[in-house]
Amino acid sequence: MGQLRQRDDRRVGWLFVAPVLVGFAVFYAYPAARGVWYSLTDYTMLGTPSFVGAGNYTDLLADRQFWSSMLVTAYYVVLNIASQTVLAIVVAGLMHRLTRSVVLRATLLLPWLVPNVTIGLLWMWLLDTNLGFVNHLLHAVGLGTVGFFTDANWAMPAIAGINTWAYTGYTALLLYAGMLQIPQHLYESAAIDGAGELRIFARITLPLLRPVLALVLVVSLIGSFQIFDTVAVTTKGGPVSATRVIYFFIYQQAFSYFHMGYAAAAAVFLALVLGVFTFAQLRLLRASNSDLA
Amino acid sequence: MNSSQRLRPGRILAWVFLAVFLLVTIFPFYWMIRTAITPAADLYHDSGSLLPDQPTLINFARVLGLTSEAEARAAGGSGAHLDFSRYLLNSVIYCGLIAGVQTLLCSMAGYAFARLRFPGRDLTFTLLVSALMVPPIFTLLPNFILVKELGWINTMAGMVAPTILMTPFAVFFLRQFFLSLPREVEEAAILDGAGPWGLFWRVALPMSRGPLITIGLTTTVWAWKDFLWPLLVGRGEEHRLVTVALGVFLQQSPNTQPDWTGLMAASTLSVLPVLLLLVLLGRRLVQSLSFTGGK
Repeated sequence: MGQLRQRDDRRVGWLFVAPVLVGFAVFYAYPAARGVWYSLTDYTMLGTPSFVGAGNYTDLLADRQFWSSMLVTAYYVVLNIASQTVLAIVVAGLMHRLTRSVVLRATLLLPWLVPNVTIGLLWMWLLDTNLGFVNHLLHAVGLGTVGFFTDANWAMPAIAGINTWAYTGYTALLLYAGMLQIPQHLYESAAIDGAGELRIFARITLPLLRPVLALVLVVSLIGSFQIFDTVAVTTKGGPVSATRVIYFFIYQQAFSYFHMGYAAAAAVFLALVLGVFTFAQLRLLRASNSDLA
Repeated sequence: MNSSQRLRPGRILAWVFLAVFLLVTIFPFYWMIRTAITPAADLYHDSGSLLPDQPTLINFARVLGLTSEAEARAAGGSGAHLDFSRYLLNSVIYCGLIAGVQTLLCSMAGYAFARLRFPGRDLTFTLLVSALMVPPIFTLLPNFILVKELGWINTMAGMVAPTILMTPFAVFFLRQFFLSLPREVEEAAILDGAGPWGLFWRVALPMSRGPLITIGLTTTVWAWKDFLWPLLVGRGEEHRLVTVALGVFLQQSPNTQPDWTGLMAASTLSVLPVLLLLVLLGRRLVQSLSFTGGK
């Protein structure tokens, strides 16, 4: 392709990317810079922000509510990611060895298509203390009633369970897609050698899935940290503060108490934590790649 | 070890596990619909059986705003005004606008980043993609203030503004795809005298139907699920989305005794459009998953 194109592209090129660049500048770059600035100020959305230096950050580090929110979030992430990943690997592994059915896969995808608000409502009803189906079931097998959203010990496991229900199918499909990329002849020769299914899974599927698994883990971990909708619908952070996750903490600081600067500082903190996670996980992914081959 | 003997019980167990998993996936939806067609008054003595004694569509009618207030109240409503036909329409417009415009603009940019040559191209692209690392809540607060300053609260413009022009992921994804397109076709078109615009519009785009549908579908689904941003910016009745309306509905419902039949009817309505999408485009959606996820 000659020099003719090269000369033309200069103008056309910027024209092609102009709308996207405007979107990036106005709704990503500018607010990101503004967010950092707000985090250094006292700002209630009325009047102008007044500079307070690192004040918000020192307050944040001394704020027990903030740390409790981080802890509650970590608890949720562990419950959710552990159950979701294990279940998804099992489901994907079984599907991989049993069926290629598109109908089955589409059905597994259904909860992922549904808004988290709907899912929250639906499970609030299913887990309702008096009339909920799950408590009917518990009664039927002779167990007592559980107030899933009113008991501080149950609220977080209940929410983690709901989201595991909602996202396991989706995660399983991602892992399944990864399994389909594993060369089929490996399975054939394993079968000829008389290897059992569990052995095949442990020696072929799992090791060769590792890069995909790591990627899926990073993505779902980062998503899990940002849980909000389900909490906002079901418990609103309660009982007491048992489910006040970090997103909800930031939301409350900003829109219930109008501590914009303080909320922005918490958001910066969260962005840093997530950044470290992404970085560490990607390093891990690269490291584990080399000893596969 | 005789594999066929060892396999049999294992295989059955595996299928049983999958079947149970499927049942647990589907049952809540069944229960949602079952509750939606139950008369509110029957909920207390008849909440455990698999089908209601007297199925009814009154709950759908009242959340769609098709009944008078007195009728809605008699059927278990709290008396608050509900108009889910409007909220559904708002959500469809919201999703259509975002998915349509964003896909077009991001494919243009993706094409330019992949094929056109201009100074600063790769640096600009790296900058755009670095935004993938920023969690949404970080830009959410300042964006809210910006939209407020623009006077766009409770307008469709304010609701779609942050996502209609671009998402870093869409640009990244489409650039990857255009990089993988064979250059030969484009080179032939260049010999025929096509310029960059013609190349993009008549050669590259028609060859990218798959990825365009993938990114369009994914964007539609995410937009359908959006809650926090439209809650902040579009709470007003006029442009309220289905998700926001569900949240508001729950708040209006008395705490001690939520209007479950109405809430489940409204929930069912929020699922129907995506269910339709799944029935019509299930194969495409399922295939696109391996595309975006597995890379």
